[in-house]
Amino acid sequence: MATYNLTINGKSLQVDADPNTPMLWVLRDHLDLVGTKFGCGIAQCGACTIHLDGNAVRSCQLPVSAVENSEITTIEGLSGEGDHPVQKAWIEHDVPQCGYCQAGQIMSAAALLKNNPTPSDEDIDNAMNGNICRCGTYTRIKAAVKTASQNL
Amino acid sequence: MTTVNTKINRRSFLKVSALAGGGMVLSFSWLAGCKPTAKEMLAMPKEWFELNSYIKIGDNGLITIYSPNPEFGSNVKTSMPMLVAEELDVDWKNVMVEQADFYPERFDRQFTGGSQGIRQGWKPLRTAGATAKAMLVAAAAQTWNVPASEITTSNGEITHAGSGKKAGYGEMASLAATLEVPEEVELKEIKDFKIIGNSKKNVDGQKIVTGKPMYALDKKVEGMKYAAIVHPPAFGMKLKSFDKESISGMPGIMDVFSINIFKDDYARNFFDTTTFPEIVAIVGNSTWEVMQAKKNLKAEWEEAPKSEFMAAGFGGNATEVTVPAGLENTSSHKARMAEYIQKPGNILRRDGDPEGQFKKAHKVIERTYSAPFLAHNTMEPMNAFAHVQGDKAEIYGPTQAPEMIRGTIEQALGIPKENIQINLARMGGGFGRRAYSHHLVEAALISQKIQAPVKMVYTREDDMSAGVYRPTYSATYRAALDENNKLLAFHVKAGGIPESPIHANRFPAGAIENYLAEGWDLPSNITIGAFRAPRSNFIAGAEQSFLDELAEEMGKDPIEFRLELLKRAEMDPVGENNDYVPSRYAGVLELVREKSNWNSPQANVHRGVSAYFCHNSYVAEVVDTVVKDNKPVVESVYAAVDCGVVVNPDAAANMGEGAIVDGIGNAFFGEMAFENGAPTKTNFDKYRMIRHREAPKKIEVHFVENTEDPTGLGEPLFPPVFAALANSLYKATGKRYYEQPFAPQLEMQNLRM
Repeated sequence: MATYNLTINGKSLQVDADPNTPMLWVLRDHLDLVGTKFGCGIAQCGACTIHLDGNAVRSCQLPVSAVENSEITTIEGLSGEGDHPVQKAWIEHDVPQCGYCQAGQIMSAAALLKNNPTPSDEDIDNAMNGNICRCGTYTRIKAAVKTASQNL
Repeated sequence: MTTVNTKINRRSFLKVSALAGGGMVLSFSWLAGCKPTAKEMLAMPKEWFELNSYIKIGDNGLITIYSPNPEFGSNVKTSMPMLVAEELDVDWKNVMVEQADFYPERFDRQFTGGSQGIRQGWKPLRTAGATAKAMLVAAAAQTWNVPASEITTSNGEITHAGSGKKAGYGEMASLAATLEVPEEVELKEIKDFKIIGNSKKNVDGQKIVTGKPMYALDKKVEGMKYAAIVHPPAFGMKLKSFDKESISGMPGIMDVFSINIFKDDYARNFFDTTTFPEIVAIVGNSTWEVMQAKKNLKAEWEEAPKSEFMAAGFGGNATEVTVPAGLENTSSHKARMAEYIQKPGNILRRDGDPEGQFKKAHKVIERTYSAPFLAHNTMEPMNAFAHVQGDKAEIYGPTQAPEMIRGTIEQALGIPKENIQINLARMGGGFGRRAYSHHLVEAALISQKIQAPVKMVYTREDDMSAGVYRPTYSATYRAALDENNKLLAFHVKAGGIPESPIHANRFPAGAIENYLAEGWDLPSNITIGAFRAPRSNFIAGAEQSFLDELAEEMGKDPIEFRLELLKRAEMDPVGENNDYVPSRYAGVLELVREKSNWNSPQANVHRGVSAYFCHNSYVAEVVDTVVKDNKPVVESVYAAVDCGVVVNPDAAANMGEGAIVDGIGNAFFGEMAFENGAPTKTNFDKYRMIRHREAPKKIEVHFVENTEDPTGLGEPLFPPVFAALANSLYKATGKRYYEQPFAPQLEMQNLRM
């Protein structure tokens, strides 16, 4: 066990955890930020996607000991009122079915648009390919990313 | 208007007076733990009045509608309340939807599966809305001393034109809640619908996109412990022993013990499919710690003997179930299936003289199709929260079928079922997998043992290797043609491990003079369960691929060929019990032909068509494939659907799009295999799922407009896409695809997948 000072969603937080504990479980079990989801544990599904200094990363493979000097953003901190252009576009296109993967999809999409505000179809496929949606909402996700791109 | 007698065995709105007098209070939880915002609190009524199980009206006119069925992504939590709200005649923006707990005394059929939610809820949910409206009108009539027949309602307002009196529902709710339920109520005409047929956004959309806790995996209470499980590494194996010391002293680990979910004398029900009744549970202070301990646990496993037990059938009749011993392999499955393809099967239907016609045929075409086991792979792995205290149990978990698991929990815990409260979590996917809810029993047993609330979580590996798979199937089709390429007879023989996929009375039965259907099955200890459109999800692909090849052999357009067969089935049906309406079947083929511009194909776009009937609905699909940079790409999919009245059109289209993507993914990649009883794939690094890149670039879902009562939607768009894709790939590559998954064969043709 060790104590870590973390910056999550703009807040400074202290956590006691084993250094190898993945951020996924620090967020979910220690900090009650459960919007970040567990899907596979091996960075293959994208359900646990968060932002580390603005980049999309899989929190299930990110040990708490590696993030002390970084800014972490989770789905809970993506916007103040759930009104990030990506979140609004998701509602406009009524994207979710079961909804479980969508926080990860939204975090990947938001990171993509931050670095590339006008992505092509291929850019979207490349940036989102690590996020599985078992319900198969891919066509709506792509449409929503394009809508969000227009409303940035 | 349609008059409905309210005494049609509906608990839900007849027991109003009993409910008002007490009983269990529904957990009005603001969706599993989210606190209302200040703005929401201001808009909250001072008092709620319950009109029936589904409807609560606030003194300020706010409406709460309880959605009875578990939500796994088919959007019933929006569409079922829409049925209630329509007949209640309220403004949708004043409606709040709450997930009902499992409460069989108040709700019928709290089951999500078989695409039956809307079909079976259509009249009862509307009647619930209509009875509540009638009670509000009666309350106004009494208050104003005017005849109820002169009162009208609209958007949550009650008006008496003669006297100019007006009131909101909130003003009449307190009196209405005390009135008798009317014996008969009128339901609206379809043309008068204001909510049904107009797209409404997912009521949980905002919560989903902001990451609010809604799933059982998100549950946390004071003093809660975390649990992981360890099950045998292979089908046909069971626990021999485990070494407690191997993980004692690991950080955060409290206890390790085995649990057994079936008592010896327990009579199983149809949904009591479970692969490993005895498993090891590890309890600790956090998910990560119990998952670490799981890796270190030393356990010994041994081969399980053959077991025999009685289990209730789907309808309730008990049958003896035999689970064979042994460690099975995919290679031996294939060999045994090849053997059975050659043997006579059980005759399921025979029309005319198929054997005689095959003997005198000028030409016989025979093709065999196959598909592997599939894992459901819901994005949220199996998990559950349980808190057992003395003789009371509270369980919060992802289940499609709470009624089917309550008895199992009762026997496992030794607690009477009236003391077992099952609360329904939103599910991170279901696809049939969560109709088998033994994860709830496991969590409950762990909580009972440690006497504390617990959240048990499967790893992805646990989830993928726990069985309840879609079976592996095979189907052999034969057609007899005369010298003029006229179809003389048709024969299908299909089987699987451990069930046959045949629906013997479906098309093309009824359309062909000489028809034979046979089935066979082989036992296995690999457990299976419902998987989106059970049996149809294989047989549709086989049948519709064969019809495509047959049409080509006969020199006919594939849509025309199907329409000719359907014409025969309509005008002069062969045999009896034909399980489809030919004109509605033809309707979707005609609609997809129009919407896809079937008769004006584009250069370099390869098209395949398919149509199927299941879950009371008709679907035809056209898949367009192009080959780009040596890679097959699904460019467009057009679907035509006849599922009667469409309640929530945009959400219905979403569901259809998802089913199409799911079908394309499983056709290309879906495959579970076994070596010495052990699944060869246990996570998404090996089990390939369809991803963004492989999804169709465009999907159009078109609905036939009619006034038929609604039928299934979650499943029917899934089965036909397998063949539409295969037929399209044939046009693209010149090769027919008989064996799922298709990707390995495409790769052997030097195409990139």
